[in-house]
Amino acid sequence: MSLWKHHVKLEKHSLLLVIGIVLVVSVGGLVEIAPLFWLKSTIEKVEGVRPYTPLELAGRDIYIREGCYTCHSQMIRPLRDEVERYGHYSLAAESMYDHPFQWGSKRTGPDLARVGGKYSDGWHRDHLVDPRSVVPESVMPPYAFLVQRDASIRDIRAKMKTMTALGVPYTQEQLDTAEADFEAQADPFSMTAGDLRKRYGAKVVNRDFDGDPERVTEMDALIAYLQMLGTLVDFSTYEAGDPANQR
Amino acid sequence: MSEHERETDAISGVETTGHEWDGIRELDNPLPRWWLWVFWACVVFAIGYWVAFPAWPGVNSYTQGLLGSSDRRDVASALVELDKVRGAGAAGLKNASLQQIEQDPELQAYALTLGQSVFGDNCATCHGAGGAGAKGYPNLRDDIWLWGGTLDDIAFTLKHGIRSGEPEARISMMPAFGRDKMLTPVQVQDMTEYVVALSGRPADRPAVDRSRQLYADQCASCHGVDGKGDQAQGAPNLTDGEWLYGSDRGAINGQIHNGRGGVMPAWGGRFSPETIKALAVYIHANSGQ
Repeated sequence: MSLWKHHVKLEKHSLLLVIGIVLVVSVGGLVEIAPLFWLKSTIEKVEGVRPYTPLELAGRDIYIREGCYTCHSQMIRPLRDEVERYGHYSLAAESMYDHPFQWGSKRTGPDLARVGGKYSDGWHRDHLVDPRSVVPESVMPPYAFLVQRDASIRDIRAKMKTMTALGVPYTQEQLDTAEADFEAQADPFSMTAGDLRKRYGAKVVNRDFDGDPERVTEMDALIAYLQMLGTLVDFSTYEAGDPANQR
Repeated sequence: MSEHERETDAISGVETTGHEWDGIRELDNPLPRWWLWVFWACVVFAIGYWVAFPAWPGVNSYTQGLLGSSDRRDVASALVELDKVRGAGAAGLKNASLQQIEQDPELQAYALTLGQSVFGDNCATCHGAGGAGAKGYPNLRDDIWLWGGTLDDIAFTLKHGIRSGEPEARISMMPAFGRDKMLTPVQVQDMTEYVVALSGRPADRPAVDRSRQLYADQCASCHGVDGKGDQAQGAPNLTDGEWLYGSDRGAINGQIHNGRGGVMPAWGGRFSPETIKALAVYIHANSGQ
């Protein structure tokens, strides 16, 4: 009974009650979430994962702005059907530079974790402009305006700096060349694409993603982002059976 | 709320909590017994779960649980199981050549089923659910092929793609005659008439005559002197009445102006060799070949 008497103090002081509630609620987070930040076993050791290029980062911001994550997940779960349909299950390492991650929780449309390279740039453009022109049964809204809007290059360096503050290891060189890299990736004839690849890896492609060679549009950025999704990890060097990679 | 002494309610005989809100007092009934038992059972179950399954984080790792449960190991063994279910069919695909698969009814039936399911999820997005294609996406149901329609041709295209960036991809590029100013707008206009005439439709004769030499110089090396195309270069037959980007003069003019060429991704990295075989057999069986 004496414990209940003490409880009365909590019930009578709202501030004390709020502090008590916060303490109790945070136990869940402290036990389930916080350790993921220090446990070495959380993120698999893989080859190939790199920070987003400036153009991809801009595309990712458009992906978030347009709420793509509300209908598309980016998380292939370790289940037979999903692995059969979408490819290797997603690894934690694949989203370690994502702030915030785009795992999603709802699939009105298909999972996009490995959509990179699955379709042509032209298809992505046709599909984003008018989804039903290529997939008659689709319920996706059209995003035709993306081909008209210039992708924002003005704030790209600031965005990358923000990512750096969140732990993404952009080098000073990558920050300094943000605008040049941004434009180089959308230009199939870029003279500096070699430098872009030197900074971000040999797999980075420079193409005219949206079929409009005059401008770097939001469509360019979004397709550049979609076309690299799930393509970074070199699975030929990844031992899925290694006990260290079991979860 | 005011604090009162706990007292026994006269009607129910149950003790009150001692709280009072505007004259309303609260009975202090005990929790239902069944509820309490379920609660304690859950607590006991949770403790058992912590021991059996991965649960608690530590400094370097987490408790693995006595059962050694792992979703990733489970899916790996589920895939091995799947291989067993597919059994003879899967093994047959691995060893047989494309032609052998097509000649063995059992193996072919297996390949067609697998091919159809893979097609629906991966190829139908561009080529349509029935494979009939759309503007810019070739029809796979007819007997007209840009890069060849034999089993081996189809399997090669599937594996390496077209203009996909893969090292062995099929590659050719039609020049953008108008956009890159290789031909004047009038020449493009005339050439449009020539192409219309090639497909056996009425066209402006003087324009056709004006373009004859230009066609021989600029176009014939890929599309052939007679316009019948060249599958080795993916150059379409201009006489067959089948058009990837549209048959009217505007579409033909636009194609000469821009020289579009579609991209097909390389599927060799995404599909196993057996799946590529099954798809090739499926596409070949459903085409007009």
